[in-house]
Amino acid sequence: MKVFQKTKMLTDAHLHYCPGCTHGIVHRLVAESIEELGVQDKCIGIAPVGCAVFAYDYFNCDMQEAAHGRAPAVATGIKRTHPDKIVFVYQGDGDLASIGMAETVHAAARGEKISIIFINNSIYGMTGGQMAPTTLIGQKATTCQNGRDPAVNGYPIRVCELLATLDAPYYIERVSTHDVKHVLAAKKAIKKAIQFQAEDRGYSFVEVLVSCPTNWHMRPVDALRFMGEECTKTFPLGVYRDKSQG
Amino acid sequence: MSKILLHGTEAICEGAIRNGCRAFFGYPITPQNEVPEYMSVKMPEVGGVFVQAESEVAAINMVYGAAGAGTRAMTSSSSPGVSLKQEGISYIACARIPCVVVNVMRAGPGLGGIQPAQGDYFQATKGGGHGDYHLIVLAPSSVQEACDFTYRAFDLADKYRVPAMILADGMIGQLMEPVELPPMRDLSEIPEKEWATSGHYGKERRVLNSLIIKPEELEPHVNELQKTYDEIYKNERRALSYMTEDAEIVLTAYGTPARIVKSAVNELRRQGVKAGCIRPITLYPFPDDAYAACAVRDCTKAFLSVELSLGQMVEDVKLAVNGKKPVYFYGRTGGNVPDEEEIVRAALESLKKAEAN
Amino acid sequence: MIRILLAGQGGQGVLSAGRFLAESGLHEGREVSYLPAYGPEMRGGTANCAVIISDEEIASPLCTVPDVLIALNSPSFHKFAPRVKKGGIIIVNGSISDSFAGRDDVSVYDIPANDIAIEAGDVRAANMVVTGALVALTGVVQERSILNCLREKFVGKQNVYTNNERAFRLGMQAVQNK
Repeated sequence: MKVFQKTKMLTDAHLHYCPGCTHGIVHRLVAESIEELGVQDKCIGIAPVGCAVFAYDYFNCDMQEAAHGRAPAVATGIKRTHPDKIVFVYQGDGDLASIGMAETVHAAARGEKISIIFINNSIYGMTGGQMAPTTLIGQKATTCQNGRDPAVNGYPIRVCELLATLDAPYYIERVSTHDVKHVLAAKKAIKKAIQFQAEDRGYSFVEVLVSCPTNWHMRPVDALRFMGEECTKTFPLGVYRDKSQG
Repeated sequence: MSKILLHGTEAICEGAIRNGCRAFFGYPITPQNEVPEYMSVKMPEVGGVFVQAESEVAAINMVYGAAGAGTRAMTSSSSPGVSLKQEGISYIACARIPCVVVNVMRAGPGLGGIQPAQGDYFQATKGGGHGDYHLIVLAPSSVQEACDFTYRAFDLADKYRVPAMILADGMIGQLMEPVELPPMRDLSEIPEKEWATSGHYGKERRVLNSLIIKPEELEPHVNELQKTYDEIYKNERRALSYMTEDAEIVLTAYGTPARIVKSAVNELRRQGVKAGCIRPITLYPFPDDAYAACAVRDCTKAFLSVELSLGQMVEDVKLAVNGKKPVYFYGRTGGNVPDEEEIVRAALESLKKAEAN
Repeated sequence: MIRILLAGQGGQGVLSAGRFLAESGLHEGREVSYLPAYGPEMRGGTANCAVIISDEEIASPLCTVPDVLIALNSPSFHKFAPRVKKGGIIIVNGSISDSFAGRDDVSVYDIPANDIAIEAGDVRAANMVVTGALVALTGVVQERSILNCLREKFVGKQNVYTNNERAFRLGMQAVQNK
């Protein structure tokens, strides 16, 4: 009989995430993947600025906390000087796709051999629900209170599609966490992203759709439904690049 | 070992490489382009890492990563680019990561010009970014010093876990002079960093972080930083005094203008004026003791700070002299460099003003 | 101590002539400094460099009042001639510049450097013609030091070396004949 256990790759620290937020699930998926691949003894993680800023307290490995948007640059510095280590980056949508877009695109264009886990909940969570670069058309935020209006606020950025225009990335996939089936698929993708790095193959990028019941002003269950029904329309799930498939 | 003719920028690179720098991240900006160019060739030769970053912002954060993971790392830029790096430098200072930042100063503000200037003194010595912190700032005035000070900067940075800055002016960058290069240091001689996030599982987890959200924890952390700065102040102030013992007028300047000042002092002495000069080598910590020693001498009537700015270091000189003697200022800006004659004139005027008081 | 200002147009070899002088001084065990100054453009702008060769420590690396001016074109001749120290020397490229400095307290040597360089085999060696003239006039460095630098610089390019050496020697002769 198998008894469920918390992965050793997570510390015992109490997660600070809001009830119903799926960040915690993704933390577990990343940690489990690392442990299952047996690379926990050579991992270095980068925490972002935003809701996941405290990730350095949760992942049970060496961690560096980066300035807002700069995580891929920090990861570049670590991985280039420690090519035998596994360097993973955990970033939200404001961090990765707004203030850190340059670092994101250039690390991808250089084909840095790092694994980036991109948490897309289409809102700025920690600062209190402001519009994100991935906020859906019509979605309300504290800085677009009548809903995102393309005439004023432009359109959401699809990062997987954008990065897939570059030659260097090895693996790019968008997954979701709105139900068990999708969580399991997300786990597979994240594990692949770490594995490809362990095999020294190249740059891996997994975008994970995540809910933010607090700032979406929804009950957690409704938030999951909204993710599955609405978010996936703007952000279609799927593999955008997989060089292992030829 | 025989001397070779090197540019200031090349000497900076050699000083870094020979003291174990194995990661360089940069972005093009005049007048320091020779640094990334040189490093792009040299780093692979010594098994190091060179990345041309997408911006100065990315470059300093690559330093944060590489130096955080335990490698001696450096970035280089010129004034506008160094402004962009300030966010990263503040994080690095708070997370206590040793590294070296080179600023080959050009004229500002804004995009300014590409000729030599010293308008970044405040930025370099008073922190530069947000929050309470300092860098160790060294100011070379010859190509030999560009090499030696960069070499030394890595040791100082490691010793105190504080980022160090080489504050050079555009003239040092272009100047070629004979240099005796220090021998290549064996990397095994450099003490291992017990705090580096180098992926050592099984030992205690290492975290480098500048987010300390509880006021009751942040205050002791910042106090601890300040304690380090106090120790640096105690141990590391350096200046060279030249003919100050009997000087009526004490001139002062750092970097290449200090050499023009020295020529001016020689000329003043030829004219029978008792002049001397102080050249700070460390700008932070500021060598106030060198000035205080002159300020109490009866023979000293006045000080004159000569800068390629509108008066920045002069404030520290005034603090050091502490009202005991008048402190005057002569500066040029916009990329113009004063010549010997101008400085001689300014010195004579200062002396006259002091005597009239 | 001798302060030499070399000036001309980008591409005339002003900076490399300056470097040869500095290298030669270094090889002879003297104190040297070389400070180039140029505009933002990569080609065709103005170029000048200050070379100081001295038996004592060099304080200021600037050359605001040069002992010797080498002007490879007319604009740099007229710009810098007034700054030359009283009793100083001006070597001007007479092929493309007049030589009227408007002062009689300096010695002006009008050397048709381009023409001599063409005679030596390569117009690009005009910088070596004036360098030759400088060495013959001042003895600031030894002839063989410059030739060693040339040999080092043009290793594997015998033809280029020969043209430059010839230009250098013709430059020396040009002032010795005056």
